[in-house]
Amino acid sequence: MELLSPVAPGWGGTLLVGLLHSIEIAVGATCLGLMIGTAGAFGKLYGGPVTRDLLAVYTTIVRAVPELVLILLLYYAGTDLINQMLTAIGYQRVDISGLAAGIFVLGFVQGAYSTEVIRGAILAIPQGQIEAARAYGMSPGLMLRRITLPAMLPFAIPGLANLWLIATKDTALLAVVGFFELTLATRQAAGVTKAYLLFYLAAGALYLALTLFSNLIIGRVEAWSRRGMPSVKEAR
Amino acid sequence: MSAVEAAAVRSGEAQNGAAEAIHVENLHKKFGQLHVLKGVSLSARDGEVVAIIGGSGSGKSTLLRCINCLENPTSGIIRVNGEEIKLKADSHGHTVPADRKQIERIRTRLGMVFQNFNLWSHMTLIENVIEVPVHVLGVKRDEAIAQAEKLLARVGLAEKRDVYPAFLSGGQQQRAAIARALAINPRVMLFDEPTSALDPELVGEVLKVIGDLAREGRTMVLVTHEMKFAREVATHVVYLYNGLVEEEGPPEQLFGAPKSERLKQFLRNVG
Repeated sequence: MELLSPVAPGWGGTLLVGLLHSIEIAVGATCLGLMIGTAGAFGKLYGGPVTRDLLAVYTTIVRAVPELVLILLLYYAGTDLINQMLTAIGYQRVDISGLAAGIFVLGFVQGAYSTEVIRGAILAIPQGQIEAARAYGMSPGLMLRRITLPAMLPFAIPGLANLWLIATKDTALLAVVGFFELTLATRQAAGVTKAYLLFYLAAGALYLALTLFSNLIIGRVEAWSRRGMPSVKEAR
Repeated sequence: MSAVEAAAVRSGEAQNGAAEAIHVENLHKKFGQLHVLKGVSLSARDGEVVAIIGGSGSGKSTLLRCINCLENPTSGIIRVNGEEIKLKADSHGHTVPADRKQIERIRTRLGMVFQNFNLWSHMTLIENVIEVPVHVLGVKRDEAIAQAEKLLARVGLAEKRDVYPAFLSGGQQQRAAIARALAINPRVMLFDEPTSALDPELVGEVLKVIGDLAREGRTMVLVTHEMKFAREVATHVVYLYNGLVEEEGPPEQLFGAPKSERLKQFLRNVG
């Protein structure tokens, strides 16, 4: 058990650092994904034909290719592309941080799924509420901020909550490109100490704890977003 | 007031004492192949209550919704307080407002009340009523709240200020929607079949609020199926048939001595 101690020679501290990195990536990727998703959903619903076609290509390809392949492709090919461009215009090659690359890659994937979740949620808003906003002279930006986004939230939360939980676990895929997150930290600790069962169980417990904590927060956010809606239980 | 607007207001006044609040001229609306409005003209002077009646599919709701460009007319002229709404053809050949700022500004003078209330479901009643004054018109929040409380009290909903719309009856929601329309201090109120979605026993409370507003001299354009009500509150009645004005005039004349056979038939059917 002293192997799990947070101070050396225990490996608990290593695991916690890994967990922290996983959370950083998941939060960053989810935020980026939400931004892409919101813009993508509006583009798909209200954009011109070119915008809609481009977004259709984006969501189809990203959702068709396994995430592991996308991560390998975007991480290695993406950093290589950026460096080639930099040298072509006369700059030094740069080392792209694993954190930034991880957030970008997972956020890009999350964005495609979020686009569809948010598009569906916007379609679920009773059309009359959008019409009332137009009838009272709201500009498109104000309508987005004051009416469309808050009104679609109750329909989007369950889908977005799924995406967040998937994001926390997709961070493990970044172990293959050598990013030091929880799964890679666990593999190191287990490899050095040979206590495989102990460390993988510990990692599992940490992922579970993260999920339970997320559920608590998501539950509160969902209840708040549904504040104007009668309880479903009473409608049985 | 712009020079153009001032001139138009003067010319309106020259004709009939009060200025023309709504002026619609030769309005056409097509939905694809369907020709819903075939050249309708309509006028409402300040203080007038214009009731639009007609059968299902006659185009009465479409006409009302064209006034604030919720539906874009295919062709025609619309003036609100003498200011003509600028229209243009978009890349698909549809007519759309040419100047987004202008149509947004004009819409803030028109208080619209919908058949299905269309209150914003994520806001309490008081939040619904202050939303447009605070965020569109730039009224200070505490001033808007004081004003909204008065308006909610006026429609009998003072104690419901912090309730969300979904927890109220249809009649209460519609009265709150009327308070939301009054909060922008509109030049004209537009009612789109305001009692059609209500249970029969709730119609009276909403008609009473609308009737009070009419009697205090609010300018209104009202699409309605309530003939008795239209006869009581309207100063001018327009009967639409198949996308055209079939007959119009003061309510006593239209309901008391209709000339058109179709109107006689219509009044027999609904009466």
